[in-house]
Amino acid sequence: MISINNLTKYFGETAAVSDICLEIPRGQIIGILGPNGAGKTTTLRMLTGYITPTSGSVVVNGIDASTNFIEVKRHIGYLPESSPIYTDMLVYDYLKFIANIRDIPNSDIFKKFLELSDLCGIREVMHKSVSTLSKGYKQRVGLALALMGDPDILILDEPTSGLDPNQIAEIRSIIKEIGKKKTIIFSTHILSEAEATCDRVVIMNKGQLVADGTAEILKADKSGKKTTLITLEYTDPITVKTIFAKLKGISKIEMAETTDTLKIKLSTSDDMRVDIYNLIKKQDWILLEMIQESESLEHIFKELTKEA
Amino acid sequence: MSLKKILFIFKREVQTFFTSPIAYIVISIFLLLTGWFFFSTFFLSGRTDMRDFFNLLPIVFSFIIPAITMRLFAEEYRSGSFEIAGTLPLGLMDIISGKFLAALFFSFIMLVPTMLYPLFISSLGDLDPGPVIGGYIGAVLLAGAYSAIGVLASSLTRNQIIAFIVSASVCFFLTIISSILVFFPPYITGFFQYLSSGFHFNNIAKGVLDSRDLIYFISIMIFGLYGTFMVIKERN
Repeated sequence: MISINNLTKYFGETAAVSDICLEIPRGQIIGILGPNGAGKTTTLRMLTGYITPTSGSVVVNGIDASTNFIEVKRHIGYLPESSPIYTDMLVYDYLKFIANIRDIPNSDIFKKFLELSDLCGIREVMHKSVSTLSKGYKQRVGLALALMGDPDILILDEPTSGLDPNQIAEIRSIIKEIGKKKTIIFSTHILSEAEATCDRVVIMNKGQLVADGTAEILKADKSGKKTTLITLEYTDPITVKTIFAKLKGISKIEMAETTDTLKIKLSTSDDMRVDIYNLIKKQDWILLEMIQESESLEHIFKELTKEA
Repeated sequence: MSLKKILFIFKREVQTFFTSPIAYIVISIFLLLTGWFFFSTFFLSGRTDMRDFFNLLPIVFSFIIPAITMRLFAEEYRSGSFEIAGTLPLGLMDIISGKFLAALFFSFIMLVPTMLYPLFISSLGDLDPGPVIGGYIGAVLLAGAYSAIGVLASSLTRNQIIAFIVSASVCFFLTIISSILVFFPPYITGFFQYLSSGFHFNNIAKGVLDSRDLIYFISIMIFGLYGTFMVIKERN
């Protein structure tokens, strides 16, 4: 359980994060979205106690981070962006170092290593120097380091940036696996990732929270707007346009033609698939495809974070 | 602060020193420089003491020790790994002390081979043990003071070269200030002499352990380490 109250951070004159309030219950996977420079990393760094907020407070499991930060750090595992881990050590030595710092008794260390190396898939690189690892392995080692000492909160800063699609899928499945037991807060700018892995999505822009909720709620908030995509076998576009224009409830018609098809994008206020289908049937056009898109998270993101 | 945590940091830093070739290069350069300058005049002077060796130490240390300490924080800032160290359940002072002790330990290891010199010299004639023992105690104190300055310089920047130049300049200044006292007006020479690490080191190297000299070295160490603490706190 984390509660963030009026968290603010100034770097000189500029406010990197201003007045953020957030309650994160135990066991939630929460994704922080936002364009570059929105204040995601700064917020996460304040949560981990790496930087001190200008004002506001972070309370983790009932402990105020400003008064007892060492105790708070015990509850938090952190993977910084692009996992900047010591490159001059062997993976095994590094894990051992972190295990020692995190007060894991010597008798349990080996068991913990086995458990984490299986979870994160790093067993085959335990004897290698960190500097020789690929980016995906570095990220997994970073994740294992963050999980050492069983923190109940895991904070990950862009855990999948710079990885190939297979590695992204692996990291995501690890996150989901861990998320069954722990609270996870991670930042990303890949929207589909947030949608696929998070229980809750928070969107930040210019240091402020602009949206908060599940992906479904965020989408529903913007409902009332729907887009229907239709593909017809080639028909004269001008006729099609005049006929669709007569249909009530269509606010915008866009068309693109290829040699043998005609693609039409209709912006409607409601679900109008039945009306559209009846109209096409009446005209005897040949319908190849019809898809209704609800407002995508991407669209909401663009709406909320676009420059004024 | 917890002694156990300091020891873990210390162990890691020492491991890092000795897994890279830089450690061995630095030790070799130190031994070559001091060995050559000491023994090139040793047989000419015809004295069986180590005064010339200890006279060399402050000036050699003011360049060698910054080379040892320059990466301690600067490298962590540059690679970003300090973000991991800084978010572990550790006090800031644990990290600083661990790194400082590792640098001091390294300097000590560097001095160990030179302890063969007194064995060798005593076979040539009578060697007064007092100045030799005092010299080594002074050397460790001097290394501690310069390491603390080096740690502070390293915490100021993410660039190792800058850290080296800053700490080498400060250490060099502290070393030579007692030799350039003639340029200062007489009423402040006493103050500048007290500021000089060379002066205090020479006192101890004579075989006299005076509390004033001890306080001088210990206060430089405290100043350097506490300064580092303030710098890192301010950074974040």
